[in-house]
Amino acid sequence: MPEMTREMLQARRANAKKALAGQKKQILICAGTGCIAGGSLKIYDYMKEECARRGLCVHVNLMEEEGECSCGDNSVSMKKSGCHGFCEMGPLMQIEPEGILYTHVKLEDCDEIIEKSILGDEVIERLLYTLDGVAYAKHDEIPFYHKQHRVVLANCGTTDAEDLNEYLARDGYVAFEKALFDMTDEEICKEIMDSGLRGRGGGGFPAGRKWDSVRKQPKGKKYVVCNGDEGDPGAFMDRSIMEGNPHSVIEGMLIAACAAGSDEGYIYVRAEYPLAVTRLKVAIAKAEQAGLLGDNILGSGFSFHLHVNRGAGAFVCGEGSALTASIEGNRGMPRVKPPRTVEHGLWAQPTVLNNVETFSAVPLIVRNGADWFKSIGTEGTPGTKAFALTGNVVNTGLIEVPMGTTLREVIFNIGGGIKDGKKFKAVQIGGPSGGCLTEEHLDMPMDFDSLKKVGAMIGSGGLVVMDEDTCMVEVARFFMNFTQNESCGKCVPCREGTRRMLEILERIVKNEGTLEDLDLLEELASTITETALCGLGQSACKPVISTLKHFRNEYLAHVVDKHCPHCNGAPKVLKIDPDKCKGCTKCKRNCPMDAITGEVKQVHVIDTEKCIKCGACIKGCPFGAIAEV
Amino acid sequence: MANGISMERVEAIIDSYGAQRSNLIAIMQDIQAEYKYLSPQVLEKIAEKLNIGVAKVYSVATFYENFSLEAKGKYIIKVCDGTACHVRKSQPIYNAIREHLKLEGKQKTSADGLFTLETVSCLGACGLAPVVTINDQVHSKMTPEAMVALLEQIEKEEADNA
Repeated sequence: MPEMTREMLQARRANAKKALAGQKKQILICAGTGCIAGGSLKIYDYMKEECARRGLCVHVNLMEEEGECSCGDNSVSMKKSGCHGFCEMGPLMQIEPEGILYTHVKLEDCDEIIEKSILGDEVIERLLYTLDGVAYAKHDEIPFYHKQHRVVLANCGTTDAEDLNEYLARDGYVAFEKALFDMTDEEICKEIMDSGLRGRGGGGFPAGRKWDSVRKQPKGKKYVVCNGDEGDPGAFMDRSIMEGNPHSVIEGMLIAACAAGSDEGYIYVRAEYPLAVTRLKVAIAKAEQAGLLGDNILGSGFSFHLHVNRGAGAFVCGEGSALTASIEGNRGMPRVKPPRTVEHGLWAQPTVLNNVETFSAVPLIVRNGADWFKSIGTEGTPGTKAFALTGNVVNTGLIEVPMGTTLREVIFNIGGGIKDGKKFKAVQIGGPSGGCLTEEHLDMPMDFDSLKKVGAMIGSGGLVVMDEDTCMVEVARFFMNFTQNESCGKCVPCREGTRRMLEILERIVKNEGTLEDLDLLEELASTITETALCGLGQSACKPVISTLKHFRNEYLAHVVDKHCPHCNGAPKVLKIDPDKCKGCTKCKRNCPMDAITGEVKQVHVIDTEKCIKCGACIKGCPFGAIAEV
Repeated sequence: MANGISMERVEAIIDSYGAQRSNLIAIMQDIQAEYKYLSPQVLEKIAEKLNIGVAKVYSVATFYENFSLEAKGKYIIKVCDGTACHVRKSQPIYNAIREHLKLEGKQKTSADGLFTLETVSCLGACGLAPVVTINDQVHSKMTPEAMVALLEQIEKEEADNA
């Protein structure tokens, strides 16, 4: 194959654009993990076969070069798209150019769809998304989408995830070209610094400053590493980006490599995301074929090689130094810092380490400029943030909103409120390292700094909504159990401390705790937070601290009342069965609280307000008329 | 051949990574993908080929949750107990499976060697919670009843094939 040049890439992009513009009917079937589980691939295969059988010319790839097809109006393009984010409604099918979104599509619906919406221009009403009696024909009119601001996720769901040409047709690799040929390494770093882009992995460290630190390191081997070890339970934004728009991650890493002076990179992906690994590998192979990865890229003299590493199931590997240890083939244990990863990262070389969402925002910043990025979001935290909205909420799924959007907007307007009409209780933000936010925080803007002030954090962006029936003590126990399991065992505070805290929490959930336990929990929490080696331990106690602060009464229910209305159901009361009671007055005389009233030979009644459930009446009743109900 | 594991195949996998030490995790992943677990002989072979201590190989194999040093069943069931699945009641599903497979104490694999039950922190398919995978195939919005029906279906298929 001849060496690719910038001109050749541009020509290929122009062809791809033409081909994309020339596409008539397009059927996009969501091929994210969620919809695949719902059977979307079978739907894809069936639609492809059936369209061909009916004499349509089916295109599965965007045409390249001069392969223009003569089928004219008789063509249909079939695409496997990335995650649309509206997982609750899957499997999803989108039909372009009309922009129709069909939800809960089944195999049996396919014939009708082809008949009416592909061959004809009819809309099948029963497959549309319906809310409050209104059926929404257009994808972007649906409130769930209408209220979002999709930038990083813009191409997830609207393009073919495995087709490089389609990425090129949507101005893919324009930013990389610009960075490679028209900007110096210093200018790239400055652009990213000016944009105010902060790492989306949790910490919120300015990405541009990180890159610049690596750039300033002495020349030599440097690495660019992408953290795709999205371990927070309840978070899946990064998975969706890797599956739905893998080239945006590769392009972001290429730009970082230009800026930092690196020639080799790694993407570290969780083992639980097999589809993301496959899509990234396909994307890397296609980029290599196109001369966008490898040696002497586009004849510029710049080289970059990219590898994909699979994790092996260790949450702690999301921590920078543990992640690089794992890539090196070691136990993924964090080390003491400084030196920081920018000086002493992978194989002890300077390393740029960012997460998936951060890298995938980079091409957009370079292409549209820092000012464009700053026009979105808040002053301290520009840009958008993707959140995985899950738990007891109507519309679970993946959303993207400007930084600074309030929780109320996210949960009630986009998320459609709480499932089954229940009341909102709390939302856990940032997974096991985050805290919970309650009713009083609903109108607070969500960005790195505001959340930090109230003891929570954006983390990677998992939002788990909890309704009034959830026991917050049990939630705290759940998270402590998680971090305890995942503690790598290197430092004592985390290894031993979290175990003790878990034991206490288990005791409390079983109604066997004491008031002293609550003080002990607080003391342990502050010690661990101050002395643990890495972020995992330092933030492990946040769920306990924040639930103790906001839901202390629920702890007290477990500890003092020995009865939690959420865990143990409605409190039991003693009741006299009127059919069995003979009115002998024995119970009335036995009751130490004077809680029983009634005349001789009349049915007696227990006042549950006064009753302490001592059981003296039950024991004494000769007719077995009293029981706990 | 030891326990159905071909040492030639193991060596071929190690060689496909150029017997490089840094690929230890990837090598173990590929071997496990084929045989579902890592036997002591396999770990010793890896140590020998990569020229590192057996203790080093064990230390890595035992650190990561995905590696198993015990043989597993034909069907590996993973019940997601991530936050989203947990709040949507994944625990009763787990209990139903244990009961159906008659697993006791720390036992993970059913007596007939057909099923191994595991939990996983999060599969990232939270929109479909609660989620269960059987040999990596995702089953969404599960209930204890649906789970048991699924197990019975697999058991029936296996009995018919036998």
